[in-house]
Amino acid sequence: MDSLRRKAQQLLESKEVDCIIGYNEGSSGNVHAGFITTPGQAEKLIFDDRCKQNLGVYLTKHEVMRLGKLAIVAPVPVMRTVLILTYECQIVENSVKVLGIGLDGQFLDFNEYADIEKYLTDHCNEHPEEDKKLIEKISAMSVEERWDFWHETLKPCIKCFACRQACPMCYCVRCQVECNQPQWIPVQSSELGNMEWHFMRAMHLAGRCTGCGDCGRSCPLGIPVHLLTFKMSDVVLDNFNTKAGLTIKEPSTLSTYKANDKETFIR
Amino acid sequence: MSDFTPKITAFVCNWCTYAGADLTGTSRMKYSANVKIIRFPCTGRVDFMLLLKAFDNGADGIIVSGCHPNDCHYTSGNFHARRRWIVFRNLCDFMGIDSRRITFSWVSAAEGGKWAEIVNSTTEKVIELGPYKRYSQISKDGFINEFEKGTING
Amino acid sequence: MSMEIKSIQKDSLDKLFNSLKSRGNLIYAPVKVKNEVQFDFVEKFEQITDDFIQTTQSVKNSVFPKIETLFKFVKTGKEVKMLDMDMSLIPEIVIWGIHPCDVWGFDSLRAIFTWDTHDMFFEKRMDKLTIIGMSCAKADDYCFCTSVNLGPGSTKGSDVLLTKTGNGDYIAELVSDKGKALATSMPDVFVQAVQSKKEDFLVVVEKRFDSESLIPKMQKKETFDSPFWVTNSLRCLGCGACAYVCPTCACFDIQDEGYGARNIRFRCWDSCGLKQFTIHTSGHNPREVQSQRWRQRLMHKFAYMPERNKVTGCVGCGKCSRACPVDMNIAEQLQEIDQKM
Repeated sequence: MDSLRRKAQQLLESKEVDCIIGYNEGSSGNVHAGFITTPGQAEKLIFDDRCKQNLGVYLTKHEVMRLGKLAIVAPVPVMRTVLILTYECQIVENSVKVLGIGLDGQFLDFNEYADIEKYLTDHCNEHPEEDKKLIEKISAMSVEERWDFWHETLKPCIKCFACRQACPMCYCVRCQVECNQPQWIPVQSSELGNMEWHFMRAMHLAGRCTGCGDCGRSCPLGIPVHLLTFKMSDVVLDNFNTKAGLTIKEPSTLSTYKANDKETFIR
Repeated sequence: MSDFTPKITAFVCNWCTYAGADLTGTSRMKYSANVKIIRFPCTGRVDFMLLLKAFDNGADGIIVSGCHPNDCHYTSGNFHARRRWIVFRNLCDFMGIDSRRITFSWVSAAEGGKWAEIVNSTTEKVIELGPYKRYSQISKDGFINEFEKGTING
Repeated sequence: MSMEIKSIQKDSLDKLFNSLKSRGNLIYAPVKVKNEVQFDFVEKFEQITDDFIQTTQSVKNSVFPKIETLFKFVKTGKEVKMLDMDMSLIPEIVIWGIHPCDVWGFDSLRAIFTWDTHDMFFEKRMDKLTIIGMSCAKADDYCFCTSVNLGPGSTKGSDVLLTKTGNGDYIAELVSDKGKALATSMPDVFVQAVQSKKEDFLVVVEKRFDSESLIPKMQKKETFDSPFWVTNSLRCLGCGACAYVCPTCACFDIQDEGYGARNIRFRCWDSCGLKQFTIHTSGHNPREVQSQRWRQRLMHKFAYMPERNKVTGCVGCGKCSRACPVDMNIAEQLQEIDQKM
């Protein structure tokens, strides 16, 4: 942590960056994203178990981009986010300074994104055990049971779109749910609307999900919507042997193909 | 069997399967009349939301069909589609949407017989599975039911 | 209106429930769902819990549903026939065990829905409501009702307000005529008041700011133009969680839905926090960045509504702060404005 603060201070003093996106102490024992712009504020940076939000979401936010050159405190999912955003041309390679936090909690100073790629080759985040168990539990159900499970689970969804807004990959200027000529997905919170919305979200994140779990964490009603995107990551890994955000050289799984992709169901 | 006539929507590509279905007709082969064919430029154009919308609007079964791998008129449309369907089917399974109701196939312009077989077997399968009540209850049927009852939002 | 005070013995609370139920009321009460407490329609008294500080969502759903069908229309050929909704189908609802802050949310909603045009759906639903409030014995850091002129034992808006006393019996304040009529109709439930003071059983909620002094500050032009909004909303994600859980947020969208000939037009919740909320057909968006949207949310509650509707659009429940995924704490920010501006 001290090395993180020292580095932050130094970056701001030397004017190498204008703003550091990190974690600050929040209200009622919470942590929240902080935007550090002066060397004196570097003291406010913290990192502990509570720091789970994927700060990568701010890299595409207008008001944050206007702050100037950015640095970001980046646990593994954020590193992956930076790489995906780079491939998808949302940020320029090496333009955002990455203050990495390794899986072991150690501070990692990356000079360029190639270093991140190197680090990620053998330090990729896994889904938390409890989520793996839940996914297994759901997978073991019959199709009808799964439908009923999701139907019940998604019923309370109020369509506040916190899952979408919290996700750094959901940076579209206009989301498909807002396209209304024709209206693809009901915008209101209805049984069909909720089911289709979460289906669509999972599908659009297949092969792009970094496994940060922020969609589920941000849900005010505690709906485990991250299980859908996690499952998609598993599917992509099983079928195409790819993981999102490990490199800036390859497109995401669904924007490319291989002539020898294997399937068993097409007749 | 019951007198259930399934509604089946087929999303086919213009260059292979649509021509194949044409051949089925010109060859005077008979196939099940439950199918409504929608012609697309390419299977790569078939957005997964279209499939969900088909179920939403009361389809009991779906066929998606295009050119064989390496035969795509646009070189790679069907390869992209293939990846998408692999993921799509897995997501359907995971969310409990019955993927047995969706047939994916490659039917070339020369395979009139195969097209008839695909439609017939899909129809049989869907008849066996019955109407897709789980989906229609939250969409079309559910809506019409509420509409007729005039209930004011619970 | 003078208030009558009665009491309800702890054993007869279920009698109150059952009598209300047998009169054909739907009862909307807090129930425990997994780790949370939510309002829901209950069948049995045992389902109800009073062991909670705040529910995640407010109860505005009962008068301002997530989806309110406004009318139906049937298309035949080129003709369109419009069909009104049958308002007599709106049920009598008793809201049970709702905290004073949530109760006062109805007043804010009323101010909006009856401001110029009276919204008939809202009014009809309000008419059919009986509110049995429950004052607060617990609070947390997010609660700030005392800062907006309410309190854990505020009777405003309730028909009956219950306060649980030390021995488990309830003090019942009959606030409205509806409440009094209810008590008169159940003399065996509402008995003679006991000698205990309600204040002894209420939680103390710290005053974070004073809305009387805050409101004029919010209405100043300098506040509107202050860089405060950008600095303090950088982390705001722009979702609608705060608005959807808020007891007073009343923004809605109007949509059509239908299959073939049968269609409905309905209104559903919307939020000023969402990017698309203000976008024009031309593509121009008058509130194009999130700080403007966040400012709008607070301004609407503390500057525009006091001016236009003569009410504060906030009841200090803190639901938005609890629901916020990025810890945008409304009380904290209002406090800062009150101190600095």
